[in-house]
Amino acid sequence: MLDDTDRRILRHFQHDAGMSPTDLADKAGVTPATCARRLDRMRQSGILRANRAVIDWRALGYEVEVSLRITLDKTQPRAFDDFLEAARNVPEVLEIQTFLGRVDLRLSVIARDMAHYQQIYRSAILTLPHMADIEALMHVARIKSDEVLPL
Amino acid sequence: MIELDTTDRHLLRELARDATQSASALGRKLGLSQPAAWRRIRRLYDSGIIKGQRLDLDKEKLGFGVTVFLGVKLATKARGSTADFERAVAAIPEVQTVEHILGLYDYRLRVVARDITDFERVLRRRLMMLPGVGEIEANVLLSEERRPGPIG
Repeated sequence: MLDDTDRRILRHFQHDAGMSPTDLADKAGVTPATCARRLDRMRQSGILRANRAVIDWRALGYEVEVSLRITLDKTQPRAFDDFLEAARNVPEVLEIQTFLGRVDLRLSVIARDMAHYQQIYRSAILTLPHMADIEALMHVARIKSDEVLPL
Repeated sequence: MIELDTTDRHLLRELARDATQSASALGRKLGLSQPAAWRRIRRLYDSGIIKGQRLDLDKEKLGFGVTVFLGVKLATKARGSTADFERAVAAIPEVQTVEHILGLYDYRLRVVARDITDFERVLRRRLMMLPGVGEIEANVLLSEERRPGPIG
């Protein structure tokens, strides 16, 4: 479906999604018209879903990031649905992932400081339904976060 | 730290959804003139609140059917030389993110692979060969949602 030209364009675009169309075409070694046409086609086929701004939550005063690993009580038939629905209503939850493995779910939660985190944890997290176990991992640093695919 | 008003928050939410919208299109949406919208957008970028842009790609359509989150614990004797581990792990193309964490594990990695066989190759040939690796726990991603966050 994708040829080498498409891959080359995506490879460059992934590394700097803020690049102007002319710079991107230049880097990928194609004409701006070809580049635009290829990107259009990838948008239409759903490969390229969006180009999003990445928010630096620290710059907005959110200093704390915690990963919560959660095991659900699977004897409850609606455990996953109920839990996901409730977790979506917590504004400080940035990511929700479900897994096959030792844990069922992971939430990424941000807070302004430890006191704020404590408050979110008590009032919004511990009240989520059907939890059997919860484990917190505190973020110290991001070593790599570009999320680039090895195309 | 910069204080954002309601209009800034709306802009931020819109740009996090689609950063390619023009200042005039965003201005129309939020009832701002094109120059006013442009100034506010500029400020979000210049102040570092928007730290960049990211492509949202359909991994499956690109042939990456498997995403695995790994919890990595370093061997006790390797704790002093985390820089070696960090440098080596960040250089592996299949590793999308590396986070240093406190708790049960030392690092969390997000790894993509074409399928489970391909993942096994990455795990055995690359990840288990990393300097200082102790225990590894793998959780295969089934679904993922990114939420807008507390923008209001």
